[in-house]
Amino acid sequence: MSFPVDNRGYYGSFGGAFIPEMLYPNIEELRTRYLEIIEGEVFQKKFRKLLKDYVGRPSPLFLAERLSALYRCKIYLKREDLNHTGAHKVNNTIGQILVARELGKEKIIAETGAGQHGVATATVCALMGMKCIVYMGEVDMARQRPNVERMKLLGAEVRPACSGSRTLKDATNEALRHWINHPVDTHYIIGSVVGPHPYPDMVTRFQSVISEEIVAQLEEQEGRRLPDYVIACVGGGSNAAGAFYHFNEHKEVRLVAVEASGQGLSSGHSAATTALGRPGVLHGSMTILMQTKDGQVVEPYSISAGLDYPGIGPLHAHLFDSGRAVFLSATDQQALDAGIRLSKLEGIIPALESAHALAALEQLDFNRKDVVVVNLSGRGDKDLETYIEKGDY
Amino acid sequence: MEKITSTDRLGQLMQRRSGNVLSIYYTAGYPSLQDTISIAQTLEKSGADLIEIGMPYSDPVADGPTIQTSNQQALENGMTVEILLEQLESLHGHLQIPVILMGYVNPILQYGVEAFCAACRQRGVDGLIIPDLPVQEYLDRYQSIFTRYDLHNIYLITPQTSDERIRWIDRHSTSFIYAVSDASITGAKSGISDQQIKYFKRLQSLKLEHPYLIGFGISDQQTFATACQYAKGAIIGSAFIRVLSQAKELSTDIGNFVHSVKGVQP
Repeated sequence: MSFPVDNRGYYGSFGGAFIPEMLYPNIEELRTRYLEIIEGEVFQKKFRKLLKDYVGRPSPLFLAERLSALYRCKIYLKREDLNHTGAHKVNNTIGQILVARELGKEKIIAETGAGQHGVATATVCALMGMKCIVYMGEVDMARQRPNVERMKLLGAEVRPACSGSRTLKDATNEALRHWINHPVDTHYIIGSVVGPHPYPDMVTRFQSVISEEIVAQLEEQEGRRLPDYVIACVGGGSNAAGAFYHFNEHKEVRLVAVEASGQGLSSGHSAATTALGRPGVLHGSMTILMQTKDGQVVEPYSISAGLDYPGIGPLHAHLFDSGRAVFLSATDQQALDAGIRLSKLEGIIPALESAHALAALEQLDFNRKDVVVVNLSGRGDKDLETYIEKGDY
Repeated sequence: MEKITSTDRLGQLMQRRSGNVLSIYYTAGYPSLQDTISIAQTLEKSGADLIEIGMPYSDPVADGPTIQTSNQQALENGMTVEILLEQLESLHGHLQIPVILMGYVNPILQYGVEAFCAACRQRGVDGLIIPDLPVQEYLDRYQSIFTRYDLHNIYLITPQTSDERIRWIDRHSTSFIYAVSDASITGAKSGISDQQIKYFKRLQSLKLEHPYLIGFGISDQQTFATACQYAKGAIIGSAFIRVLSQAKELSTDIGNFVHSVKGVQP
């Protein structure tokens, strides 16, 4: 296993399952059954087939020559943006809905920030004919209207989270509360490598198809299985977990996680969790989170709604703590610039989340021969308005 | 597991023969920052047997809208763990009934579990309810600290908790068990259904070593009386927060509410 997790869900000192007793039966059912289900042959066959025929995998690994020339190294883009629904999120929702069916669940709930995970969940629910409720912060619903309509068009019910700061963390709280109230017939599809064990491990396994493909594609194109760098953005961290997965045990591969520093690390408007946070418990796991001295969760900020989360997955907290991964950050402006740069150089408009990963290219010193993989986790269609409003192109 | 201290108020209360233990929950620093102490004193004077003071948290996942709102208001009022501990200092020695603090785990972790327990002990706090600290995690990491400071940790059970797990939780309990009456967050439902009565009867039939108090869905004399038929007593939270939120004169309204629940004339 490439991110070793112990049987209680810990990566080093991070993880676990800090859940109220009301959720114990749900989580225990999942914990005791998820491995047997997802490692089963029938499951794997269904999962792989859907990834191929429905999602369109494998996603290409594209040698970005003009970008490579700019940074004087060899840059490959892992094109998760070409997946059905436009991001890596669907890898996980396909996996989890198959798990939900195995568990005999009839209804699906999910949380969403920008709406990408909500859309990916609504999509697979339509595919499987399952009832779907997506919780979304009231504030996010207003700023991501097209995704709200997309979910509705797909047959999902979108419920506003009106508590707290009315954004992603509150949508997660509402989804957890809904699950407490409906413990038997409902599965909660968490969208990132966060939450109580076994979610971080389960979601990581579903996303690990990203690095599995990178290994094979690099071998084919470069004659080597390992790159020198893998770069991915981190909000909760599911695309990074998937992109790092098969490289974690190969210490010669440098793993670079890029957080959103919003208007700047010291601006008070940031989502750079490892730079600004401390260990604590959020949404069921011990991790690093942005909080006040008194332990209240702080509302983060980023131009990219997908990175606008006050914590990170426990496995990332461990990667940070152990020094295995380098954690960098990019501001709103740096991400916008990097997104526009990629658009002009390669004809690919990236999601603002992924643009943060691209912005890290500016901060690293490469050797000519370095092979660098940037996980292009999503496409920029959803961010067009932000590019128009704030970008300089 | 049982611990005996010279002033185990909680243990003594749970041994009371008559049962009908009325426990009232409210959020510290709500409706105003300085109300924490006067509410406790009024509750005691009015006849509450046990108080649970909620430590407000930004993300109370096990709580419904009423308690969420009170948490948010209390935080906006400036309530912190530090301030609550200061307030409790002035309460220490002036209250006969046991005091339990109820709060989510993160603020306690940030304060430092040992420092927090020591501070609680110093201020005469009898026990803690930490809904998002699972029993096993508590046993592995924190039980020895709690024991050192004579603090009871109270565990929750729900209708979904298996008999086997209830027995296991009973074995690790030291005072009482908090029996959540329904699969729900706080304040979600009112009234007691036949299904809940079935669950209460199941609890009775388990003949547990420790008494349990029924919480969630208890809001008035009728629901309190029903719960008391099956349990040592019951806990009122959201309904009391609603009283606080609408109160014109806190001490009068609190008194009236407690009397009405107990079915006694003021």
